[in-house]
Amino acid sequence: MKVQKNRLIFFMLTVAIGLFLFLYLTYNTRGNIEFALRLRSQRIIPFFIVGFSSTIATIVFQTMTQNVILTPNIIGLDSLYILSQTVIFFFLGINHLLVTNQQLNFFFSLILMVGSSLGLFWLFFKKYPGKIYLMLMTGLILGTFFSSFTNFLQVMIDPNEFNSLFASTIASFNRVDTSLVTFSLFLTLPILLYLFSQSSKLDVLHLGRAYALGLGINVDVYFLKLFILVSVLTSVSTALVGPVSFLGFIGANIAYRLFNTYRHSVLFIGGGMISVLFILSGQLFVEHVFALQTTLGVIIQFIGGIYFLFILLKERSST
Amino acid sequence: MMEVKRVTKSYGESIVVNNVSLPIEKGKLTACIGPNGAGKSTLLEMVSRLIPQDTGDIYIDGNEVKTWKRGDFAKRLSVLKQTNQMNVRLTVRELVSFGRFPYTKGRLNAHCHEMINESLEYLGLTALQERYIDTLSGGQLQRALIAMVLCQDTDYILLDEPLNNLDMSFGVQMMKTLRRLVDELGKTVITIVHDINFAASYADNIVAMKDGKLFASGTVDEMINKTVLDDLYDMDVKIIESNGTKYCLYYTTN
Repeated sequence: MKVQKNRLIFFMLTVAIGLFLFLYLTYNTRGNIEFALRLRSQRIIPFFIVGFSSTIATIVFQTMTQNVILTPNIIGLDSLYILSQTVIFFFLGINHLLVTNQQLNFFFSLILMVGSSLGLFWLFFKKYPGKIYLMLMTGLILGTFFSSFTNFLQVMIDPNEFNSLFASTIASFNRVDTSLVTFSLFLTLPILLYLFSQSSKLDVLHLGRAYALGLGINVDVYFLKLFILVSVLTSVSTALVGPVSFLGFIGANIAYRLFNTYRHSVLFIGGGMISVLFILSGQLFVEHVFALQTTLGVIIQFIGGIYFLFILLKERSST
Repeated sequence: MMEVKRVTKSYGESIVVNNVSLPIEKGKLTACIGPNGAGKSTLLEMVSRLIPQDTGDIYIDGNEVKTWKRGDFAKRLSVLKQTNQMNVRLTVRELVSFGRFPYTKGRLNAHCHEMINESLEYLGLTALQERYIDTLSGGQLQRALIAMVLCQDTDYILLDEPLNNLDMSFGVQMMKTLRRLVDELGKTVITIVHDINFAASYADNIVAMKDGKLFASGTVDEMINKTVLDDLYDMDVKIIESNGTKYCLYYTTN
């Protein structure tokens, strides 16, 4: 029964994504349809990369921490990204190559985020194995520090520079550089496939550290590996479109409720599809209802924030 | 064969397990007793490789536990931990089927389903198998977890207070189950027990720990006597015999 119900949900999700894809590609096309199609279809792949990466990263992260309200960004990747952008604008100016050249900015941000999270994980893996919450707390504190420092710099920055800086620190699919899409796909697809192949092993982590060890999983080493993969996925999403922490949160939590299962194989695909659907419909709104007056990032933060509060209150009342 | 040689574990200044060497007979039911904080659980965790020992060696089938690959080790030795709270939404059957993970990595075959059915049957959970574990009572969850350990089908089974949360009737059933595992399936079972009368009635050997050290060990007959138990628990224990089994009376002593 459960399997049948889940199949129906998958079917409906596929239909909905298909419908929105069609709408997104063809709605309000005037004149040369081929031109419009080519322009719009370029944006589709980043939708899928970001949707699946952020959601699967969040699900894995939540399984590891056994907590459904955390997202990988708790270790401060978002804040680090915004800080790095701010520092570039502040010290190097608006005309520097790191601002004008999107590719360079992408790789710079990616290496910075992956590098610093690797440092954090490695430190805790060596010094305090098994102390995940201590590590998250350290990340959280660092993140807060980054945000405060960012604020400090942003107050002093030139108002014109602040405008363009602000635009680059809000998630937006409008400014994705298509040349980066292939590289992102090349980086994320193997990780996503690997995590999918690990579904059963990830399922065991639900039982907690002691039973996972007892069932033959070398938890500490495995966690290090997973943390690294999760941070790469999150960093790619962030470097590509900007901070999207709530997107993975929405996809993961709706998937838990909709599919009512612990199986990662189902949750990965379902959650990823939900996020893609969310991006597609949101982007449709952004482009045609709000006429690009806002970005998808704002909508994601708005809806994600409300949903986060809802989950928080619900978790609270159930315990 | 299982051998524990001069094993020590300390947290900061306090030595939790101090230079303990244990004789564990294969194919026997060994009960580990002792006051709270004697280091029983820590020793069990080290033997089952949940935590590393500071010094000393633990050998399972001729190899030191650290040299085993975890995946292979999980086919030799399974462990049930104390206090079990699970947040994940699983049915009893799904939980028990995790016991097959070391063998099949999640792809259950016909033999697995057989093992799962047997384990459920053994613990009297067949009727409950489709229930979600968050709807179970403490005792039912405890039985489900033991069924999972059983499903792992290992030569060595280590249990940290399996009688926790069980009422008298299920306590007796649990000990009988452990007895059957030893007698019928030839398993080596080591269990931490707080109710000394359960140890006296069902175990072959008893290991007593106190203050992180091995206090005494031997057969049930050797261990259930007044001098040993009085010193172990610092109490005045009375021993009576009924139908050839010794029992300890300690409920009203001062």
